[in-house]
Amino acid sequence: MAAAEHTIPIPQIVVDRVEPEQRGWTSWLTTTDHKRIGILYIVTTFVFFLLGGVEALLIRLQLAAAHNTLVTPETYNQLFTLHGTTMIFLFVVPMMAGLANYLVPLMIGARDMAYPRLNALSYWLLLAGGIVFYTSLFFTPPEAGWTQYAPLSSGIFIPGNGTDAWIYLIHLTGLSSILGAINLYATIANMRAPGMGWGRLPLFVWTILTYAVLIILAMPVIAGAVTLLLFDRHFGTHFFDASNGGSALLWQHLFWFFGHPEVYIMVLPAFGIFSEVLPVFSRKPIFGYKAIAAATVVIAFLGLLTWAHHMFAAPIPLVVMIFVMLSSYVIAVPTGVKVFNWIATLWRGTVEYRTALLFAVGGISLFVIGGISGVLLAMFPVDWQLEDTYFVVAHLHFVLVGGSVMGIFAGIYYWFPKFTGRMLSEGLGRLSCLLMFVGILVTFLIQHSSGLDGMPRRVYEYPNIGHLQLYNLISTIGSFILGAGVLITIVNVVRSLRVGVVAGPDPWKANTLEWFVPSPPPVNNFDVIPRVRSVEPMKDIRRQVERQTGEPDRALTPELTPALRV
Amino acid sequence: MRRWLPLCLAILLAGGLVAAAPAALAHPFTPQSGGSPNADRINWLYRVGLYIAIVVFVGVEGALLYSLIRFRARRGRTPVMVRGNTRLEVGWTVGAAVILVALAALTFAELSSIRNPDNTGPGGYALASTGGGAQFASLEQRVPPNGRRLNIQVNGQQYIWRFTYPGAGPTGFGAPYSYEEMVVPTDTTITLDVVSQDVVHSWWVPELGGKVDAVPGLTNHTWFKIHRPGLYRGQCAELCGRHHAAMIATVRAVPPDQFAAWLAQRKADIAAAQQAAAAERAKLNSQTGAASVENP
Repeated sequence: MAAAEHTIPIPQIVVDRVEPEQRGWTSWLTTTDHKRIGILYIVTTFVFFLLGGVEALLIRLQLAAAHNTLVTPETYNQLFTLHGTTMIFLFVVPMMAGLANYLVPLMIGARDMAYPRLNALSYWLLLAGGIVFYTSLFFTPPEAGWTQYAPLSSGIFIPGNGTDAWIYLIHLTGLSSILGAINLYATIANMRAPGMGWGRLPLFVWTILTYAVLIILAMPVIAGAVTLLLFDRHFGTHFFDASNGGSALLWQHLFWFFGHPEVYIMVLPAFGIFSEVLPVFSRKPIFGYKAIAAATVVIAFLGLLTWAHHMFAAPIPLVVMIFVMLSSYVIAVPTGVKVFNWIATLWRGTVEYRTALLFAVGGISLFVIGGISGVLLAMFPVDWQLEDTYFVVAHLHFVLVGGSVMGIFAGIYYWFPKFTGRMLSEGLGRLSCLLMFVGILVTFLIQHSSGLDGMPRRVYEYPNIGHLQLYNLISTIGSFILGAGVLITIVNVVRSLRVGVVAGPDPWKANTLEWFVPSPPPVNNFDVIPRVRSVEPMKDIRRQVERQTGEPDRALTPELTPALRV
Repeated sequence: MRRWLPLCLAILLAGGLVAAAPAALAHPFTPQSGGSPNADRINWLYRVGLYIAIVVFVGVEGALLYSLIRFRARRGRTPVMVRGNTRLEVGWTVGAAVILVALAALTFAELSSIRNPDNTGPGGYALASTGGGAQFASLEQRVPPNGRRLNIQVNGQQYIWRFTYPGAGPTGFGAPYSYEEMVVPTDTTITLDVVSQDVVHSWWVPELGGKVDAVPGLTNHTWFKIHRPGLYRGQCAELCGRHHAAMIATVRAVPPDQFAAWLAQRKADIAAAQQAAAAERAKLNSQTGAASVENP
C-alpha cells in the first residue's frame, strides 16, 4: 500500500517461525480471525433470512384468498412463529453482529477483536441456537408467535415441545449476542487507532457501540424470562399462572422490556450504515456528526423506557399509558433529527447513484413511513383500535424491512468489494433495489388498510368482507416482487464472486480506515496502523498522498474519475 | 443509465396508485366507527394525527427526493463542504418536538371522553343509578355521571365469548348469560368487565371502540353506547391458540323493550333447563340409589 510508506514510521518487528495461514474447510471451523467469523456470521444469517423469507411467502400464499385452506391453522401458527423468530433472532440481530465483527476492527484500526476465541464461541452458539430451533421442524415447531405470550406458551394449551425449542433458541442466541456485545464493547473502548477519540469514531461504530450496550442491558432480561417460562412448563412453578398466584402480565412486561430495545438493536446499526454510505456517495462530509452520534445514544436510552406501549390494551394504569405515550413521542425527535441530517448530507453534494446509495435512500424513505405510523400508534386511544391488527404488521415491517433489511443490503453492496476483492454488478444491484423497494411498498402499504378494516394479525383465515380479499391479494403479489429482488442480489453475489471486476483497496474513495487495507484484508489487517487526525482518516491519507506525489485528489473532484461513474 | 431515476419514480408512482386505488373505494384510511361515541372520538383523534402525518410525510419524503435528484453528480459540479449548521439543527429538533407536543395535547383533550362512559339516554333501558362520577387514573370500572349503566361481564375462553347479564339471585347464582352474541339495549350505556378463564384474549368490536385485553386473573374495562339497532361484528384480537381466527364477537343492539323481553325469555329458558336437569339428576340418583347425594 503506497500510502502506508508516507505515514509515521513505526519500527517493524521481524517475526520468525510464524505459523502459515491455515487453509481448507477445517480452518473455517477453528478460525478466530474476526474477518472469517464475520463471513461465517453473514453467510449463516443470510441462509436463515432465506428460510424466514420462504415462511413469509407461505404465510402470504395462505392469505392470498379469503377462507383459504392451503395450510392448517396449526401449520399457519407455526409458520408465523418461525418467521418472526428467525428474522429477529437468526437474521437481523446476528447479521449486524457479523457486519460489526468484520468491520469494527478495520474501521477503528485494530488487528482483531479484543477476545478472538470468545468471538468464535459467539458464532458457534448462534449456529447451535439456529439448529436447535429448526430441528423442531421434524417434531412440533412452536406456535405461540415470536412474543410467546403466557399462559398460552406456559400452560397446557399447545401440545408438543415446540415452545421448548424456542426457549433454547433464546438462551443460545441470547448468550451469543451478549458475549458478542461484550467483545464489541471491549474492542471499541480499548483498541482504537492512535488519535481516534470518541469524536472521530465512525458513525457505524457509534451505532454498534450502542447496539452492544442495548444487548447487554436487554438480553439478560429475556434470558431470565424464558428461564421462568421453562420452569413453569416443566418444573411445576407458577410464575405466569394467575390461578396459582402468578401473573400473566409479568410475562408481557419482561418480554417487552427486552422486546422494545430489541427494535433499536435491529435498526440502529442500519442507521449507522446509512450514515457511512450517504457521505461517501454525496462526496460530502456527514452533516451534523455530533448530532447523529448523540441521537443514537438518546434513542437507545429512551428505547429502554417505552416497552409498555406494546401493552396499551392490557389492564395497566392510565399513568403508565401516558408515560409511555410521551416517551414514545420523545423518541421520534432524535429519530427525526437523524433523518434531517441524512437529507442535509445529500443537500448540495454530488450524489452518485451507486447501488449502495440507492438502497440507503430507499431504506430511509421506507423507514420514514414506519416512523410516522409509529407516532400514530403511540397515541394510545388510537392504538386501542390499531393494536394487534395488520396496521401494526405494516408499521413494524416498514421499520424492519424498510429500515434494517434495506440498510443491510446497502451494507452488502457497499462492503462486498472489501469482503471479497470484487465488485458487484451495478445493473443487477439496481434491479434488485428497485424490485425490493416496490415489493416492500406493495406488500406493506395496503396492510394498513387491512388493519383499519378490522383484520387482526395472526389469523389463518379471514372472511371476504369489504375489500379484505383484494387488499390481501395485493400484499401477496408484493411479497413475491420483494422475494424476486432478494433473489437477484443472490445471483449478483454468486456471479461477482467468479467474474466480478477486481475492486482494489478503495473502489469508492471512501472515508474510513477499512479502505486503507487491501481487499480482502490480510490476516493481520494493518501492517502499519495510521494515526487518525479527523473523522474521515482516508481523506487525510489521500490528501497526504496528493501533496507528496503531486497528483490531484480524485475523490474530491468526481468529474476526474470516469471509472466511478455509470 | 443516467435516465433511470425518472423511470423508477414513474414505476413507483404507478405501483403506489395501483396499491392505493382500491383503497379509495371504502373507508380504508381511518379506523371503523359509527357504532358508539368512543369509536367516533378515536376516529376523530386518528384523523387529526393522520393529517399532521401526511404533511410531515410529504415534507420529509419530498426533501429527500428533491436532494437526491437536484444534487446528483454532474460534470463540473462540486460538492459543498458543509459539516453542520447548529442553528438549523436546533431549529428542526425544536420543530419536531412542537409537532409532538401538539399531538400529546390533542390526545389529552380527547382522552377522558374516550375513556369515561357517556350518560345513558332518556330513551334507554330503565336502570337504577349505581352512583355516578368518573374516576380518573383508576383501574376501577368507570361509571357514567348519572350512574345509569348496564354492566355485562365478558368472559373469554378458547375460542368463544360468554356474556353474563345482571340479574343474579340472592345466592349470587342464576344470572342470565349468552354465548357468542351479546344482546344489548340501544341508547343505553353498556359497561363491560372483561375477564379470561384460560389464555390472553382481546375483546374488540371495531365500530364500538378500541380493544381491551382479557388477561387471566385481572379484570379489564370498557364501555359503549349504541344508538342504531343492528349487528356489530368483531373478533378476538390477541393470539389465543390454533383457532384464534374463529373466535368471533357479535353485539346485537335492540330497542330497550325488546331487550327486556329477551332477557326475561333468557332467564325463563335457563330456569326451565335447570329444572329439567334437576329432574334428570333426581331420576338418575333414584336409579343408582344415591338419592342423598344432590348436586346444587
